[in-house]
Amino acid sequence: MSTNTAKTITFITRSTPYGHGQAKACLDMVLSAAVFEQKINFIFMDDGVWQLKKGQAPSHIDAKDLSAAFTALPLYEVNDLYVNANDLQERGLNCEELVVPVHSVQANTIAELIRESDVVFTL
Amino acid sequence: MKLTVLVHSAPYSSQAAYSAYRFSASALAAGHEIYRLFFYYDGVHNSSLLSTQAQDEFDLIAAWRTLIESHQIDAISCVSSALKRGILDAQEAARYEKPASNLAEQFTLSGLGQLVDASIESDRVVSFGG
Repeated sequence: MSTNTAKTITFITRSTPYGHGQAKACLDMVLSAAVFEQKINFIFMDDGVWQLKKGQAPSHIDAKDLSAAFTALPLYEVNDLYVNANDLQERGLNCEELVVPVHSVQANTIAELIRESDVVFTL
Repeated sequence: MKLTVLVHSAPYSSQAAYSAYRFSASALAAGHEIYRLFFYYDGVHNSSLLSTQAQDEFDLIAAWRTLIESHQIDAISCVSSALKRGILDAQEAARYEKPASNLAEQFTLSGLGQLVDASIESDRVVSFGG
């Protein structure tokens, strides 16, 4: 069973970068999956879009800067980053304010990504 | 069907971990295989030997231990999640010079790679928590 072809694994992250541990926990899952050379979609929804905001200064709360890791994702061949356009807009954000280039998509595109995935993790 | 069950909520804080247990037990009873149980994030609290309940309350940790043992399930608690939350096996306790260990012997500490492997090898991954 170790000769399976790559699966499509989709990660959906929905919480703020700090204040809860979920954002870091989701990122750790993505990085682990990347090592296994699977097809990875990384979707930012709801307050999860804040994770990508430029200018984070979490050292003030003795936290590590999560956003630095997002810029390193291409090194892991994780290139398919998506944000829910509505969630971005609702929070007064736009793609220029994000630390990495992302696909800004509508909810129906996210639904399609989920449908085409073998495994979906939400954290 | 070959299943992997991911638990990322602590017992008693919400119903998620209990639901994961009921799902796992039901799946096994229905003839499905559980390739791996993976406890991540707050879910690692399900593997603490020191969790103690009032006598008239359901002991979820004891239930997990019985289920894992009787079906010989591969049960992993994420090592980085576990260490942060004070769930250590004897080896980690020695490594970090801690005075005690508390990982129930039915569980193994290992990395997230075990979850990814399980995702690749299983027909379905079912997550509980949130």
